Amino acid sequence: MADKKISITINGKKIKGLIGRTVLETASEKGINIPALCFHPDLDIKANCRMCLVEIKGRRGLQTACSTQIEEGMEIITESAEIKKARKINLELIFAQHREECADCVWSFNCQLLKLAREYGVKITRFPDRKTGEPVYQFGPSLIFDSSKCIDCRNCVDVCKKQGIGFLEIDEKKPFFHIVPTKNPRKDCVYCGQCIVHCPAGAFEAVGEFEEIEEPLRDKKKTVVVQFAPSIRSSIGEEFNIPYGSVLTDKLASGIRKLGFDKVFDVCVGADVTTIEEAGELMERLKSGKNLPMFTSCCPAWVKFVEFYYPEFIPNLTTVRSPHIILGGLIKTFWAQKEHIDPKDIVVVSIMPCVSKKYEIRRKELSGRGGINPVDYVLTTRELAYLFSRHKVDLKNISPCKADAPLGVPSGAGVIYGATGGVMESALRTAYEKITGKALLKLEFKQVRGKEGIKKAVVKIGAKKVRVAVVNGLGNARLLLEEIKKNPKSYDYVEVMACFGGCIGGGGQPLPVDDKIRQKRAAGLYQIDSRKKVRLAHENPVIKELYRQFFSDKDNIHRICHTKYARKKKENKF
Amino acid sequence: MLILIMDIISQLKKSGLKGRSGSGFPTGLKWETAESAKGKQKYVICNVSEGEPGVFKDGFILDNFPTEMVDGIKLALRALGGKSSAFIYLRKDYYKKFKGTLSKIIKKDPIHLFEKKGSYIAGEETSVISAIEGKKAEPRIRPPYPTEQGLFGFPTLVNNAETFYWASRIAAGGWRGERFYCLDGEVKNKGVFQLSEDYTVRKILQQSGNYPDFDFFVQAGGGACGEILLPHELDQKVKGIGSIIVFNRKKTNVLELMKKWAEFFVSENCDKCVPCREGTYRIVEILQKDEIDRELLEDVLFTMERSSFCPLGRIAVTPFRGVVSKLLDNGR
Repeated sequence: MADKKISITINGKKIKGLIGRTVLETASEKGINIPALCFHPDLDIKANCRMCLVEIKGRRGLQTACSTQIEEGMEIITESAEIKKARKINLELIFAQHREECADCVWSFNCQLLKLAREYGVKITRFPDRKTGEPVYQFGPSLIFDSSKCIDCRNCVDVCKKQGIGFLEIDEKKPFFHIVPTKNPRKDCVYCGQCIVHCPAGAFEAVGEFEEIEEPLRDKKKTVVVQFAPSIRSSIGEEFNIPYGSVLTDKLASGIRKLGFDKVFDVCVGADVTTIEEAGELMERLKSGKNLPMFTSCCPAWVKFVEFYYPEFIPNLTTVRSPHIILGGLIKTFWAQKEHIDPKDIVVVSIMPCVSKKYEIRRKELSGRGGINPVDYVLTTRELAYLFSRHKVDLKNISPCKADAPLGVPSGAGVIYGATGGVMESALRTAYEKITGKALLKLEFKQVRGKEGIKKAVVKIGAKKVRVAVVNGLGNARLLLEEIKKNPKSYDYVEVMACFGGCIGGGGQPLPVDDKIRQKRAAGLYQIDSRKKVRLAHENPVIKELYRQFFSDKDNIHRICHTKYARKKKENKF
Repeated sequence: MLILIMDIISQLKKSGLKGRSGSGFPTGLKWETAESAKGKQKYVICNVSEGEPGVFKDGFILDNFPTEMVDGIKLALRALGGKSSAFIYLRKDYYKKFKGTLSKIIKKDPIHLFEKKGSYIAGEETSVISAIEGKKAEPRIRPPYPTEQGLFGFPTLVNNAETFYWASRIAAGGWRGERFYCLDGEVKNKGVFQLSEDYTVRKILQQSGNYPDFDFFVQAGGGACGEILLPHELDQKVKGIGSIIVFNRKKTNVLELMKKWAEFFVSENCDKCVPCREGTYRIVEILQKDEIDRELLEDVLFTMERSSFCPLGRIAVTPFRGVVSKLLDNGR
């Protein structure tokens, strides 16, 4: 069906808009700025914050642009004395319920509230703060919710619900409702962090964000190794006003080195190992027909989701560890041996797009010999950017240099792990060549790419038809698991990433985030892959060498690359 | 049957009956819209959530005319036709008190009783729909209107108890343009009076034997949202809900009165939108000060009136404006 266009006027200017679109969408397409706080394109319209006020000829009072669909001949005014006054007072009321802590806020340089305050000449202290002393909650080792900053827009509640979790809810107390973690024993936070990226007021942040990020740098006696995740390279630039989707791999490596860390490795190399191990396990499972469909396990929020909400599916999770855990393990064994360093004297810091990775590194199953953990710290993309700013490292103007060899040289397959469908595509590339013994002529599996919540495809590998599904967003995962419950043989291989768009939309990524931004970040990763000479994990010379030497010992593979899972009890009780 | 349906709807339209919830929407038109809306299933909701102070006419109807009210619902069910069913949405205490009586009257008709949860705002029609669906009782974005997509997404007709009562009277040919008025406050005869909807406040006070012999003012059209009228302003009809509360001007502390309203709104609103949630709270705060910051109060009222999500926030400013402009400077 062709999209039908209708004519409207905004501020006296004739404009064509698509039928079914809202005033806010239409205006923003035409570059007309209307402030909106509770609006997020990922979520249903609520019209709570009353900032996107406009006048519409023939309608009484002010209307909200986010909730009003355009109609033929509609005459809209977006700026008037009355609109300005109402927005200003509403902002003052919002500031009065938001305890400002601007110095350490995830929105630091991008705060919409402050920008609007300046634009509207708001006196942010016109009313006394009403939320001083409201509780601060911590969810696992991952998230902090400071309810004294909450402006009650309910985006977090909605996104938590959209994720199929419902851990955050509204406590309907009088005189004021509160957003609280649930007391329901059957619901628990899985630390996806989507509340952080959907909160316009910075009420959510990662644990340790701002306070603990310097700690790894203080370990002067130890060798501190940093590894950065696939999706960071096309997102961190946003924190330095570099256009969305810009690829900054080498500048990133250079910046990390400038901070004083000893070595910089690339988690994509770990991803290459994950790919090989996972492709191998898939082949085995396809052969035996056991524990199908196989589920990916790179996303710790998804793993906890299975362990807590769907423990009956635990056997379906691949035993393969996530890329940074594998690489961390390799750094403290393979690389430590090569460099003659005692693994106890190595500190591994992972830069992740994610807050659930802070939880993952504490999983007891991952401890190596002598209780050594593969990874010691996780910093988010935002935290690294903050560290850069504090140490006056400007990514825009830094001269690039490569990550260190050998664990800093990945294949293209390792890089696309950062976008939804990437793990699947990488594993399929390798599985295809291993199963058929033939070279894969067309490397792209476009049917598993893109922002769709659930993508389904049948991939021919030789005589075999492998039925795959790729999911992003845990709400969609729930739908797929329910489908599998009804029809257990519907798929062979399933990839799930908790966050919308995969890791590029993760809870540790720069703010703001929406579909357009996620697509640009993903495009950056696919561009890297398409320009790489080596685009297959098993053809990466570094990986080949690794399997020839260190991984010729099966025990090494087992202890570095594989893990187990168990049913989880509720961890966050209030 | 078809003729009968057209009959009641055209009768309602001809009668000029307006919704008795306070909004005054033409009842015939509402029924007609719901009737012509497409839907496999349709719903009728009789709203008996009456929650404003000084308003008790729906309770009066339950007490005296429950059969007529239920008859009105049945008429609506027939008018909507097909597979339609109804809910009577009752305030908690009404539910307890009248559950038995209503069940006996309803017998086997598809009319269900629903106990109201939540606060005053849970009486706004889209909030009622949300509440019956098991969701949080708060207003929804319109359009779509309930008559198009209401309860569980189906066309839904929501009317107040009194509206259904009058609909049944109209069908029986027994309506002469009356409505129910609640008289409260410093009056001799408190209670519900059935008088012409065209009567002025003055005439209602006189006819009910309640015209004060002291210096007074009234709040007409709702015990929280109603407007403030001075003795020389009584020659107008009652807007909103049919209630009149009389205050002795000398004995009434208007600041306390305003605080009472503001506290009512803070506690009973739905906390959804900024102007109403934060605004009503700030009114209380402003009134607690020794000196009222008029500019601040006016700013808060301005944004509540212009930018609140639902009618509650928009009309809640009425009594405050009245006190400020009519009573505040002239002593208490």
